Amino acid sequence: MGTRKGTAVTRSVRKRTEGVPRLAVWKFASCDGCQLTLLDCEDELLSVAAEVEIAYFLEASSAPGPGPYDLSLVEGSITTPEDLERIQHVRRVSKHLVTIGACATAGGIQALRDFGDVREFAAVVYARPGYIATLDRSTPISANVPVDFELRGCPIDKRQLLEVISAFLAGRRPVVPAHSVCVECKARGNACVMVAHGTPCLGPVTQAGCGALCPAFDRGCYGCFGPMESPNARALNKQLRALGMSTPELVRVYRTFNATAEPFRQASESAENSREADDDA
Amino acid sequence: MAAFVLDSLEPLIAELRSRGFAVVGPVARGGVIRMEEISSAADLPRGARDEQTPGRYRLSTHDGDLMFDYAASPDSAKRFTQPPRQTLIRMRRGDIEEVEDEAPRLALLGIRPCDLAALAVQDRVFLGGRHPDPAYRRRREALFLVTVNCAVPGGTCFCVSMGTGPKATKGFDLALTELADPHRFVVEAGSEKGVDVLGALSQAAACDDDLAAAEEVSRIAAEHMGRQVDTEGIQQWLPQAHDSPRWSDVASRCLSCTNCTMVCPTCFCTTMEDSTSLSDGTAERVERWDSCFTLDFSELNGSPVRGSGEGRYRQWLTHKFATWYDQFGMSGCVGCGRCITWCPVGIDVTEELANLR
Ligand code: SF4
Ligand code: SF4
Ligand code: SF4
Ligand code: SF4
Ligand code: SF4
Repeated sequence: MGTRKGTAVTRSVRKRTEGVPRLAVWKFASCDGCQLTLLDCEDELLSVAAEVEIAYFLEASSAPGPGPYDLSLVEGSITTPEDLERIQHVRRVSKHLVTIGACATAGGIQALRDFGDVREFAAVVYARPGYIATLDRSTPISANVPVDFELRGCPIDKRQLLEVISAFLAGRRPVVPAHSVCVECKARGNACVMVAHGTPCLGPVTQAGCGALCPAFDRGCYGCFGPMESPNARALNKQLRALGMSTPELVRVYRTFNATAEPFRQASESAENSREADDDA
Repeated sequence: MAAFVLDSLEPLIAELRSRGFAVVGPVARGGVIRMEEISSAADLPRGARDEQTPGRYRLSTHDGDLMFDYAASPDSAKRFTQPPRQTLIRMRRGDIEEVEDEAPRLALLGIRPCDLAALAVQDRVFLGGRHPDPAYRRRREALFLVTVNCAVPGGTCFCVSMGTGPKATKGFDLALTELADPHRFVVEAGSEKGVDVLGALSQAAACDDDLAAAEEVSRIAAEHMGRQVDTEGIQQWLPQAHDSPRWSDVASRCLSCTNCTMVCPTCFCTTMEDSTSLSDGTAERVERWDSCFTLDFSELNGSPVRGSGEGRYRQWLTHKFATWYDQFGMSGCVGCGRCITWCPVGIDVTEELANLR
């Protein structure tokens, strides 16, 4: 994962343009869920529309305005040769580029192809795989161009999205802490599902942002916000095994939305390669 | 102090409510004892018992009338004296508005002797220095404290080692000891407020048998501590263990998840978050719980001073058991065992201390 925090944000977008800042929303390989989070902001979107000109947002309007843009929100990962060129264009026409969601930030669920052979998958899925132009790997935006800020989540959290847009407009650092989900879980007053119910939970190695949603409904965290700032998956895995998780289950929990985020990749690979290594650790 | 006997807590709860207190007491929810507002003694978890070991908590229900047959739960008084999130100031187009938070009148019913000790620690931290915290003072002064002496310490409790329990000696308005056969409570007042509330209830003076039975409950509890810590010289030797190889051993197991500090009734660290609203231009400053296990906590000039897991665990353990004395003249640990039970991987401060020594 590229930049951890919005340290690059130092000046107000508005000051730079002397006018209304222009916002663009771009889509690469993704399910549109993160863009829908923006549309889901309803009331707030009206105020966003008053503060910024939403110049390019195909999900909301069919009449895109031309660049350059002060703030580009980018959804989706890079999976085709055409994406490779288009993301360079997006970077060129954007003063600030913020990735939104697990696909754009970590490669997304489609990065599961990285653990297999994409040509084999294509042969199974498509009648004429020869027409499919696709890359061997699904990469995050930061693997291709410099990124100013990465917003996590599958999908992103509405409150955090508004925070990031507000912060960029005000020229301040967004308040998007990189600590564990457990911090939010305890503040919210949830029962810890690991300790009180014996339910496996990825919260201790996952970045906060969702407000500890799953534990609030007695479910373990699925890790959709990706690895927290200092994940110790090896230690967690030992406990998850003690709670009864098998090696395949352990591999599977890390191989979802953020499978190729480095700490989660290592966690699944170490679980896969050596049961003993975790047990001895 | 004169002791009395109550057959039921219903009149006490009603009296407190009639005096304008919201009564907060233990309820069983989601398989855990939580401290929540109650309206009647029927809300109390009759027959509930807990089982606490490192990284594990289970609640079960049994026959019988006992309502306090378990030990400390994840909620201490901290959730009420120092809420997880509070707005400090709001600013609109240059006008600063201090958010005067109204301190709710709360009667905490069923908090434990170790929790009272933790409140004394919080009082020292928030009120005992050069810059007393007025918001804490308002919330603290609005409390009415009904403690329950522990009958069944949890498997992770070590209040005897820390001199804070299992029987309360000070810091309460009323102290209850729950007795069985017949089900009743021996009650003592510890303050003027307590005497006043007790005076409004119809109660009988405790007889010698009641007093002997109550003494027996506390004596047996003290003999059944789940854990212990040798505190002899700890203020000196623990900081000197700075270079021990044990720190990297515990760091290999620690998740830096912060659960220990979040449930600790005395951990007081917070951070400030400033935010601006898109819709009406309001800016807000919020204080929320933070922990020395996060990287932002020790960030200076863009990188953390305590970047390693060893450094962070050492900070926590050393602060709680040693440097707290230098800072506040007392221990930062009251022996409630919460950090042991609620650590998802069961890291046990008493075991780490024994190994470091
Ligand atoms: S339920 Fe999960 S996220 Fe919540 S405190 Fe427990 S381990 Fe952390
Ligand atoms: S350090 Fe642990 S045992 Fe001591 S007061 Fe805090 S939570 Fe309780
Ligand atoms: S142990 Fe850590 S979180 Fe707790 S009071 Fe000390 S520095 Fe703060
Ligand atoms: S530490 Fe002592 S006072 Fe606290 S709950 Fe356990 S037995 Fe009760
Ligand atoms: S000691 Fe346990 S609760 Fe505390 S940060 Fe480490 S793993 Fe989390």
